[in-house]
Amino acid sequence: MSHTLQDQRPTRARKSAAPASLTRGGLPRWAPAGIAALSIALGSGIGLAFDLHSKIQWGLIASLLFIGITYAASAVVENRRQAKDRVATSLVWVCFVLAVIPLLSLMWTTISRGLKLLNGNFLTHSMNGVTSFDEGGGVYHALLGTIEQIALATLIAAPIGLLTAVYLVEYGKGKLAKAVTFFVDVMTGIPSIVAGLFILTTWNLMLGFGPSGFAGAMALSILMMPVVVRSTEEMLKLVPNELREAALALGVPKWRVILKVVLPTAIGGISTGLMLAVARIAGETAPIMLLVFGSQLINGNPFEGAQSSLPLYIWEQYKVGSDASYDRAWAAALVLIAFVMILNLVARGIARWKAPKTGR
Amino acid sequence: MAKRIDVSGLSAFYGSHKAIDDISMTVEPRSVTAFIGPSGCGKSTFLRTLNRMHEVTPGGRVEGKVMLDDENLYGAGVDPVAVRRTVGMVFQRPNPFPTMSIFDNVAAGLRLNGSFKKSELSDIVERSLQGANLWNEVKDRLGKPGSGLSGGQQQRLCIARAIAVEPQVLLMDEPCSALDPISTLAIEDLIGELKERFTIVIVTHNMQQAARVSDRTAFFNLAAVGQPGKLIEIDDTDRIFSNPSVQATEDYISGRFG
Repeated sequence: MSHTLQDQRPTRARKSAAPASLTRGGLPRWAPAGIAALSIALGSGIGLAFDLHSKIQWGLIASLLFIGITYAASAVVENRRQAKDRVATSLVWVCFVLAVIPLLSLMWTTISRGLKLLNGNFLTHSMNGVTSFDEGGGVYHALLGTIEQIALATLIAAPIGLLTAVYLVEYGKGKLAKAVTFFVDVMTGIPSIVAGLFILTTWNLMLGFGPSGFAGAMALSILMMPVVVRSTEEMLKLVPNELREAALALGVPKWRVILKVVLPTAIGGISTGLMLAVARIAGETAPIMLLVFGSQLINGNPFEGAQSSLPLYIWEQYKVGSDASYDRAWAAALVLIAFVMILNLVARGIARWKAPKTGR
Repeated sequence: MAKRIDVSGLSAFYGSHKAIDDISMTVEPRSVTAFIGPSGCGKSTFLRTLNRMHEVTPGGRVEGKVMLDDENLYGAGVDPVAVRRTVGMVFQRPNPFPTMSIFDNVAAGLRLNGSFKKSELSDIVERSLQGANLWNEVKDRLGKPGSGLSGGQQQRLCIARAIAVEPQVLLMDEPCSALDPISTLAIEDLIGELKERFTIVIVTHNMQQAARVSDRTAFFNLAAVGQPGKLIEIDDTDRIFSNPSVQATEDYISGRFG
């Protein structure tokens, strides 16, 4: 952190218009790292000395010490304004670390406990004939179900969401557009169990269909649609109006301008938004429980009969409560995280590949 | 192929605000007509009414007649898309399509309007880039993105894109205001060549530029802020800059304005 570009006038010199000297004392570059190490050591020392059991308390003491020592050191060596600047920087760092620790801890727990069972056998076998307390069995039927349900949900929600966003940005004026925006906002807040109950009453109870992956996909698409609309809308708004005008001035009809200029320019952001929506529904359990019902067998047909899905599988295995089923649950959780992460990487790849190029 | 523009009694509105009031003028084919005047006097708005781009702005509305030879652009049943193919436009800021290569940018107007054979397309692209004096600079990198070019090159790319669809009239909205003097000179030379084939209308804030490139000059002004802009006079460029018939024009040109 270099501070050489900032106003370096010492506050003491406020009485005279010009500072006596342009140089001032400064903390060395390693000061933040050094203070961090010192405060962690002090925090641990205090924790040990006062026999505090919770490591969270140690961390909080260290964080507060870090901010306090930074302010004091900077105020003594530098000046008050610099000290405030450093405190703000330190706060940002502390918040960053606080936000990252749970994430890393979650990743670590899932990977270390999930890897135990994750192998080819686990990925290619179902739970057919494996009782809950047995070892063995696999996640294939659940993975297959998740992939099929998500694919179907995306097939339903992506076109509708995309076209709605195009309508809102390119055509929508007046009351109808306002109403659509309002209902999209309302849909964003629908709890997933309500979406599941809605499909359950219409599709299963009123129309008399049995549980199937497709019924689950319909509920998931209700959850996915507002996310797609919102993110696509924002991306389309980012396309400069000049590009639309340039294409219109070439005598291109409006629908072609949207198809060939606006959408390609925004495709990177749109695909990222789509993947975020997929990630949002990949972990849904409630509607799956109601509509897909869950199964221990491989069912490759999402339109007929009960299926399983990864979140449902994790829940089932956890509920059993045996050592073998706990291992299966952790491995399935790892599979789910990896699945979403791979989808995200693919989306980023597409975004980078399709994004407007600037190189010569 | 160049056409005459005959405007009579034209007013343009943004919602309820009248931006230009009752403008009538004639633009001769195969000539350059420059629009000068202070900011906010409606030069650009008027230019955009000439290819029905004004109505793209929300609330944009036009009254009056614009005759292109003997067709009224605002007549019943006129397709704005067809108008814009006939009357091309170059904008103030260079705006090549960021997702397209140099080749695709020039071919955009044709490709987006229908299918063409690859060989036919490359002929047109080469001709248009040569027409815009850009061919020699980009012929080795037609597949590279258009946004990698310099500002002046990008603007000439936009001109090539506009002339590739073979319009009758070319409207230019301050095409040099974002460019350095050398690129400006290149564009001005280009305008001199293009007027052999097109009717050109150019909006400019640069009085020397108007004097250099145009055959006729129109001076626009507005009575006060919030009032609609009006056409003060249109005459041969030589006369406007040496002996204008209205005092306001002389004041503006000699810098005694306001």
